[in-house]
Amino acid sequence: MENPKSIIKVEELQTSFYTHKGEIKAVDGVSFDVPSGKTLGIVGESGSGKSITSLSIMRLLEDPGKIKGGKITFNGEDLLAKSESNMRTIRGNRISMIFQEPMTSLNPVFTIGDQIAESYMIHEGLSKKQALRKALGMLELVGIPSPKDRLKAYPHELSGGMRQRAMIAIALACNPELLIADEPTTALDVTIQAQILRLINGLQEELGMSMMLITHDLGVVAETCDYVAVMYAGKIVEYADVDTLFKSPKHPYTVGLLQSLPRHDIDQDELNVIKGMVPRPDDLPEGCRFAPRCPFATRLCEEKLPSLDDIDDKNQVRCWIYNDQWDGPEVNVKDDYRTAQSD
Amino acid sequence: MFVYTIRRLIQTIPVIIGVTLVVFLMMHLIPGDPAQIMAGERADEVQVEQMRDRLGLNDPYYVQYASFISNAVQGDLGNSVRSGRAVSSEIGARFWVTVELAFYSTLLSIFIGLIAGIVSATRRNSLLDMFIMIFALFGLSMPNFWLGLMLIQYFALRIDWLPVSGWGSPEQLLLPVITLGTAGAAIIARMTRSSMLEVIHQDYIRTARAKGVPERYVIYKHALRNALIPVVTVVGLQFGVLLGGAVLTETVFAINGLGRFVVEAIRMRDFPIVQGSVLVLAMLFVFVNFLVDLSYRVLNKRIELD
Amino acid sequence: MTTELLRVTNLKQYFPIKGGILGRKVNDVKAVDDISFYVNAGETLSIVGESGCGKSTTGRAILRLDEPTAGEVSFNGKDLLALNKSEMRKMRKDLQIIFQDPYASINPRQTVRQVLNEAMEIQNVLPKDQREDRMMELMDTVGLGAHQLDRFPHEFSGGQRQRIGIARALSVDPKLIICDESVSALDVSIQAQVLNLLKKLQRELDLTYLFIAHDLGVVRHISDRVIVMYLGKIVEVADKKSLFDNPKHPYTKTLLSAIPVPDPTKQKEQIILKGDVPSPIDPPTGCRFHTRCPFATDKCKDEVPELRTTSDGMVAGHEAACHYIEEIESGEMKAKD
Repeated sequence: MENPKSIIKVEELQTSFYTHKGEIKAVDGVSFDVPSGKTLGIVGESGSGKSITSLSIMRLLEDPGKIKGGKITFNGEDLLAKSESNMRTIRGNRISMIFQEPMTSLNPVFTIGDQIAESYMIHEGLSKKQALRKALGMLELVGIPSPKDRLKAYPHELSGGMRQRAMIAIALACNPELLIADEPTTALDVTIQAQILRLINGLQEELGMSMMLITHDLGVVAETCDYVAVMYAGKIVEYADVDTLFKSPKHPYTVGLLQSLPRHDIDQDELNVIKGMVPRPDDLPEGCRFAPRCPFATRLCEEKLPSLDDIDDKNQVRCWIYNDQWDGPEVNVKDDYRTAQSD
Repeated sequence: MFVYTIRRLIQTIPVIIGVTLVVFLMMHLIPGDPAQIMAGERADEVQVEQMRDRLGLNDPYYVQYASFISNAVQGDLGNSVRSGRAVSSEIGARFWVTVELAFYSTLLSIFIGLIAGIVSATRRNSLLDMFIMIFALFGLSMPNFWLGLMLIQYFALRIDWLPVSGWGSPEQLLLPVITLGTAGAAIIARMTRSSMLEVIHQDYIRTARAKGVPERYVIYKHALRNALIPVVTVVGLQFGVLLGGAVLTETVFAINGLGRFVVEAIRMRDFPIVQGSVLVLAMLFVFVNFLVDLSYRVLNKRIELD
Repeated sequence: MTTELLRVTNLKQYFPIKGGILGRKVNDVKAVDDISFYVNAGETLSIVGESGCGKSTTGRAILRLDEPTAGEVSFNGKDLLALNKSEMRKMRKDLQIIFQDPYASINPRQTVRQVLNEAMEIQNVLPKDQREDRMMELMDTVGLGAHQLDRFPHEFSGGQRQRIGIARALSVDPKLIICDESVSALDVSIQAQVLNLLKKLQRELDLTYLFIAHDLGVVRHISDRVIVMYLGKIVEVADKKSLFDNPKHPYTKTLLSAIPVPDPTKQKEQIILKGDVPSPIDPPTGCRFHTRCPFATDKCKDEVPELRTTSDGMVAGHEAACHYIEEIESGEMKAKD
């Protein structure tokens, strides 16, 4: 599925960690693109490689992590071919990032104003005074009350929600083309989460940014994203637009995930369960990575890794069930998951 | 900040009282009769009794303590048993020599320690890092009198670049300051390294990099400022160790400082001198740690005590 | 026939704040401020609320992990706060707690066998020779294998560690288990496993749960009744169905509307609150929610609303602490911007 105009295109990205135990493939052949002005959600549980994917795009991996292969094209430019200093002119300027923990993501010894102003000083060459004036404007934009005082405040003097707003101000300071938000509301209470999500959505529209939202929360995805990529053990297992993904999920993992979610808006008797655990990244199954936990898995699944294929106009799925080579009985994953699970 | 300063000042009061108490009790805790000891082994009954009277040992303890304190506050620490001169004037000049020695040594250890620590942390596991850490281990485990002797042996005697002893001129400063500052530099280097390594993996460092901040600013602005917080505490504690080390360094280099003077006084059983010196040094230590606490507070915005 | 197992009356938990030059007590954090509720035997009562609402503090106060400032806690007719230390220790056999991070509450140098054995030893639940069988049975009950008894906590995944926490709690045959955010740190698929396990155990062992959580989806799934707390006070209590389908307090309504629904076709009108939760050191006067409530009037500023029920539209046992339940319901009062 090719989108007409994409801001960023990731092809066959491979990121590994080289430890004394050997190579750990955190991201293993991930491809997607973010359509210009839209929001792509990357969903997955811990260890799925979703955060490593975003750090790879920013080229912010710490040792012993390395990008092993693949291509990342941002607005036609090859990011992986850029020098570190060229990359720096992109970070925080054309691609920005906000992180999960507002408590620890701000430097405790500098004021909020200094931390926002720094972006302007680095990327736009402004003087401290000019930069602080623009920082004040940013604080107003992200809806921090009495922004003049907050400019001089230290992070510990703000609440979690306010700190996340300050983080957003830093990220959006230089009007980036792409915002990568890595679990931006996970550490926040729901009423504050609602405020922050509304703020991000509003600003995205106002500034015309494209966005990647990395999260484990399917509710947040449903409310904010246009497209969704579901990741499992370093691979994308399903990609679709948001309505399709929630209405007719195709991959057994996506189905299992949706059915194991306790909902506050409907009654459920017993939650569906995905049996077993996520495989350890240093001990991945040979075939389909979800096969050991999948209620439909056949021998084919255990032996050969399926590819991510278009199965209709809407979904891309990495699953043998939708392939001509499928050797099991005909199934409707969404309807049959529960019965198959209990067998 | 003001309230904090006041509160820290108030908190030093019990420490100071404790110090004066210990110093005061020193007289009474030494085995035997202080008057007898101070009057000398061959003194007769009358002389000892005179000594006892002169020292006020016949008064009740609280009276003795009160007069000790009130005299001390007025700068009167009694008279030396040997020379008969006022303890305060005997200590005076020598005290500043020791303070100078300690101050330069601290500066040196902070300077060398910080640079070595940062370099080590940013090139973690490199050859340079290994070299610095081995060197730091040596610096730590080497007794400073031995280091001093080795330095004299080489720089003063073998190649004759620097004077063997004395205090005052810049050349005379160099060897004693290196001798005394090495251990501190080693400790600060190790502390800075581990503190930097911890800070460098914090989320806010990742935020700084994600902003496009050049790496040297990431290290020297964002990381160092945070990494210094635990190092400052070590510097304060290190100062006390340094004062102890000053005794040996002054002896090795024949510097007429307070350290050597105290040792001399102990040998001569000149108790007023010992008492006065210990009191002055303890006060200095309390004062330095007070300054350390204040700078800690300036560095660490998160302490919200007031 | 329902019997009451736990009753909490006028519970207060204040934590002193020290300050000033001499470090005297200058104020209190009013973490829990005069709350009362009961738990029936065999049911699951949930306490929900956002961080700082006092839900976890309540759980800790019941177990006397922090000594409550005031109030009464009666368990099975016994006043827990009147017990001395050793009596309370014995009482903990009946009252167990499972924390969010079991790793933090399990000694990392003990194997699972030692952990379970120690729990049984302290409460003296079984003669030594029968404990081995009991441990195997427990491991089986929580879905772990007996062969894993000699492993250390770090050898388990998060979900498995939570199962160890449950096994430890179960080892002393408790009547009431307080689950303090017990599934919050787990991934969705693992969370579902643990939730199902807790439900199964309740059916089989006749357990009573006091379930403390911030996730309303989880709460809806596991609870019989639900208490909503805000800034140390109970704002609403009801059976599950009433609370989710017919919330009365403006805060409960906001909370429910704020949760993102994993269904893009079902986007509803969200009520977005202004600002942050105020500090529990100087909580707002009157109704604590008045500073953020879209319906607040002067009366809300001055008068503390009591929990009450209205004759129409609220079933027995459904209570909310709001002055204007009827007016908001009838549409007579409109939300202000």
